[in-house]
Amino acid sequence: MKTSGSFMGYKRENGRVGVRNHVIILPVDDISNACAEAIGNNIKGTVAIPHSYGRLQFGKDLELFFRTIIGTGKNPNVAAVIVVGIEPKWTKKVVDEIAKTGKPVEGFSIEGLGDIATTMKASKKAQEFVQWASEKQRTECPLSDLWISVKCGESDTTSGLASNPAVGNLMDKLEPHGVHLCFGETSEITGAEIVCAGRAKDESAKKKFLDTWNSYNNFILENKTNDLSESQPTAGNIKGGLTTIEEKAFGNLQKIGKKVKYVDVLGPAEEPSRGSGLYFMDTSSAAAECVTLQAAAGFTVHLFPTGQGNVVGNPIEPVIKLTANPKTAKTMSEHIDLDVSKILKREMNLDEAGDALIDITFKTANGRITCAEALGHREFVITKLYRSA
Amino acid sequence: MSKTDLIIHDEKDNVAVVVVDKTIKNQECVGWIMENDKTIKIKSINEIPLGHKIALQDFKEGDTILKYGHDIGKVVSPIKKGDHVHVHNVKTKKW
Repeated sequence: MKTSGSFMGYKRENGRVGVRNHVIILPVDDISNACAEAIGNNIKGTVAIPHSYGRLQFGKDLELFFRTIIGTGKNPNVAAVIVVGIEPKWTKKVVDEIAKTGKPVEGFSIEGLGDIATTMKASKKAQEFVQWASEKQRTECPLSDLWISVKCGESDTTSGLASNPAVGNLMDKLEPHGVHLCFGETSEITGAEIVCAGRAKDESAKKKFLDTWNSYNNFILENKTNDLSESQPTAGNIKGGLTTIEEKAFGNLQKIGKKVKYVDVLGPAEEPSRGSGLYFMDTSSAAAECVTLQAAAGFTVHLFPTGQGNVVGNPIEPVIKLTANPKTAKTMSEHIDLDVSKILKREMNLDEAGDALIDITFKTANGRITCAEALGHREFVITKLYRSA
Repeated sequence: MSKTDLIIHDEKDNVAVVVVDKTIKNQECVGWIMENDKTIKIKSINEIPLGHKIALQDFKEGDTILKYGHDIGKVVSPIKKGDHVHVHNVKTKKW
């Protein structure tokens, strides 16, 4: 492994380390987006994160909503937060939870004041935060301060052949150094669920995984009208050479390498609590939803292998893209941070691809702007469990 | 490194993946076993496109296809060594 064993990050008040220094303007609900974006326009160096929800949700869906919003504010890639909501109560709830990290956070509610006066008040605070944050310096941090999440998208046969195994190679090399790692995509594991269950570190993690997967699979069994041979693999997958759902799932599972075992199973956006190592998170397989949940759980760098060329990004967690498809690497080069297509010609082996990925991961952690960041990809998509009241 | 036509993930695998545009009938193909960096040779008895699989042995109905070292489905009609392995002769064990 080529790494020096440390990277330059932003040490936060609670001891966590960020690789970015964002000041975010966080709306509590959909109708506060306009105000949040006005504040973001006023004060340069801030980033507003509009989204579609936060009204009339209830039960587990509401809990997940709050966990996602609050977790986004708590992520160490965020230096300070302005929270804007229509009502004071939920605004305060979000502020109080983010404040537990010790970072500067202030809330503003629109009711009784209007967008313009709220924007004025909040903009003054946002300016103060952005100037305060700009004084922060990167310091040398051990490898163990890195939290890396992974998810693949627009996969094709090159994903299972080379780009996913390259991510797995990185995991096998970094896990012994105390890095936090996370994979998800409950639906895409179908076909490899028994083998995936066997990758649990202990019985309790294994049981949690099987419960999570079974609950997803029961939902599919209840709603399917025929067997899924027509939908999984997809027609595109079959044309590309994938024959069965098992083959697709094992291609996906290459991302967790050969040796690493997961220590726990997380609910969506749930923060890991069992120390370093690999975690499985129950997530959708939709790219933006999955990355949003992983960022809300505190992950700070994302690795995204793609075949046909998914272009996803995230407002707070840099998304590094790699591909082994030579056509994608050429025709969509502005989206690809690392090209590992030489593997297909045997001009690069997995060990070299893993090292190259570690190298770009460290460069990104040290401040290199990813393709998705340069292109302004800020997809922030909240996972919705069921309809609102 | 020599040129390669096929990639085999795991030593246990009984299929390989075509990584050139396509194989042609009676082509002597070079395969790379990633796991241990070994090279194998096999004759393709049919045209097989990029990303699709070639049989590394003869299979009879009911046999198991191994890729990534794991069971990825069952053989539903006999396959000759060097022939195309896909939805016409392999099915999931899931449903």
